[in-house]
Amino acid sequence: MPWTPSPRFQVGTMVALRVLIGWHFLYEGLAKLLNPYWTSAGYLAESQWWFKGVFVAIAASPGAVTVVDYVNMWGQVAIGLGLMFGLFTRWSAIGGIVLLALYYIAAPPFVGYTYPIPAEGSYLIVNKVLIELAALLVVLAYPTEQTFGLDRFLARKTSGSIPEPLAPAVLESTGHD
Amino acid sequence: MTDQQKPTGNHWLTMSRRSVLKALVSVPVFGVFFVEFLRKKAGDDVKRRALLAELGVTESGPAVIRNAISRPPGKRIRLGIIGYGGEGESLVRHAGFAHPDWIDEAKQNHDEDPRDKELETYLGQDDLNVALTAVCDLFDVRTERAIAASQVTQRPGRGAANPPAKRFKRYTDLLASGEVDAVIIATPDHWHSRITIDAASRGIPVYCEKCMTRTEAEAVAMHDAVKRSKIVFQLGHQNRQSESHQKAREVVNAKILGPLTLIESTTNRNSPWGAWVWDIHPEGNPRTIDWAQFQEPAAKRVPFSLERFFRWRCWMDYGTGLSGDLLSHEYDAVNMILGLGIPKSVVASGGVYYFKDGRDAPDVFQAVYEYPDRNLTFVYSATLANGNNRGLVFMGHDASLRVSGALTVSADGESTRFADKIQSGTIDPSRPMFTYRPGSKGIDAVTSATAEYFASRGLLYTYRGGRRVSAYHLHIAEWLDAIRNGGDTSCNIDRGFEEAITCHMATRSYLEGRKVTWDPVARRIV
Repeated sequence: MPWTPSPRFQVGTMVALRVLIGWHFLYEGLAKLLNPYWTSAGYLAESQWWFKGVFVAIAASPGAVTVVDYVNMWGQVAIGLGLMFGLFTRWSAIGGIVLLALYYIAAPPFVGYTYPIPAEGSYLIVNKVLIELAALLVVLAYPTEQTFGLDRFLARKTSGSIPEPLAPAVLESTGHD
Repeated sequence: MTDQQKPTGNHWLTMSRRSVLKALVSVPVFGVFFVEFLRKKAGDDVKRRALLAELGVTESGPAVIRNAISRPPGKRIRLGIIGYGGEGESLVRHAGFAHPDWIDEAKQNHDEDPRDKELETYLGQDDLNVALTAVCDLFDVRTERAIAASQVTQRPGRGAANPPAKRFKRYTDLLASGEVDAVIIATPDHWHSRITIDAASRGIPVYCEKCMTRTEAEAVAMHDAVKRSKIVFQLGHQNRQSESHQKAREVVNAKILGPLTLIESTTNRNSPWGAWVWDIHPEGNPRTIDWAQFQEPAAKRVPFSLERFFRWRCWMDYGTGLSGDLLSHEYDAVNMILGLGIPKSVVASGGVYYFKDGRDAPDVFQAVYEYPDRNLTFVYSATLANGNNRGLVFMGHDASLRVSGALTVSADGESTRFADKIQSGTIDPSRPMFTYRPGSKGIDAVTSATAEYFASRGLLYTYRGGRRVSAYHLHIAEWLDAIRNGGDTSCNIDRGFEEAITCHMATRSYLEGRKVTWDPVARRIV
């Protein structure tokens, strides 16, 4: 008989996934904020693929780089806090997906492209950025923040309605297919 | 019963305790994050502060960056250029007069690659308030180019166009014309001392390209003449302006490296251009080139030769090959950082091993200098047929300092001074304990392998307050400032004399196949 995970386990892992991605974003943002020498210029300058022109142009402009660095650092911090606390979760997840998509298209691990900054693993088309992006899509698809997050307070305060049914119901039903 | 089924009303205050706790489920996780984050930050801060305190240097730029211009340029200085080849054109451009063709090309390069900032850097230069009033070159095409550059309107400060520079067939007429307040000498090396000595006799300040002279006798005569006349003199080692080199001096002065026994300095280039196989201009011929005048001070006279005129560095009649071209830069960088002076002895070797095109200047060249008073050896090693960048490294008992565009200090695993810190884990000898990268947020493309080589050695660009500026420009600006306001230049005639003698010792050792020494009393190589 196939093993069916319990709804509690399903919800728990979904919350854990959300919080862990939030942790990662938050620390990435803070680490950059605390390093006065950090800049995205090097990463952008080595961009490949279709969007190379745009990213290289940004890297070459100190003004644009300053803006991009600022948005990136504070964006990561805000997204990290949002995902971790389950606050404005949908927008945090969407913001995270957008940032990760930008990182990915700036330097995709496609056949024929090499980068001077060595990767810490071996990647072909799929890398950790893409996997984290997919994980955030899952976070978006199966919201847990209405129960396990500060969004619960907002939802009740703003809409006055009872929160939508939780992800486990969906997970459970698919689990039985 | 689930939370959703409870009739909780429309405000969170009415939520059940259980719901509130669920909503706050990640607060403990954040607590762990926060505590661990502070712990890591505090640990890193303590480690960094302890390290920097131990090292006695700061993370910021060099404590004292010479500002190239001490006061806004007052009186306009009329410049003469003697020798408007590749280097002369570059120097004049960095003084504020780019040839219109160069501007067009720089625009095109920027359009093709937005990282190329040559034009932006040029137009962002300080207006040095100079006019290019006189030119002397032995090739008509170059003379015309210099005259065109002298009238350029697209330049730093964007002043009105200047009248065209006057043309002089002989440099002596240029010096006697009364048209110039100062001259830049960018001829082949065999002309340097003669022109400088004549300029000095007229009290005209000189900016002279390296190598300072072609021979030892010329170096002694030129040193004496400049000293006697008290003219403001600058030798063209623009790396003196490099922020990395200035920071390196700070690191050395802080005695982080421990007893320093070996300095290894290198040149690796691997292109015909890098090996002085420069373009022969299609309009170059005996009618457009004053060949007789070109070889006036040369060691021997030969029939007209386009190769010798346009690729003069390949022949010892006009220069000293790697010794005067690139060893001179490397030595001057080390001399600036350590204040080494002239070595006691040198053994040099090499040969023409790759570019067998009729040249007599070696394309592979090594020199080993001894400084017994300082208990150290300075090794220079070069090839023009391999591009492996080996860098410039200062090796001490306690740490190594690597100088390039950036600067890296790594502790030695067997260091006495850092033994405790290595054992306690504060210092990891496998990683740099200190790095310094001058520059701004934003990147600049460097166009060719040779340009990249120079940039990595701090010869092309340096940074002031995060803004990319050309080291050439700063070096010229410093010279002009000393002319207007007094004070000394960073590569004055004494530093130039040390450079010339050090290079000529290696050249002589190579040519004579023996160890040569310097007699400081008699002031001669023996």
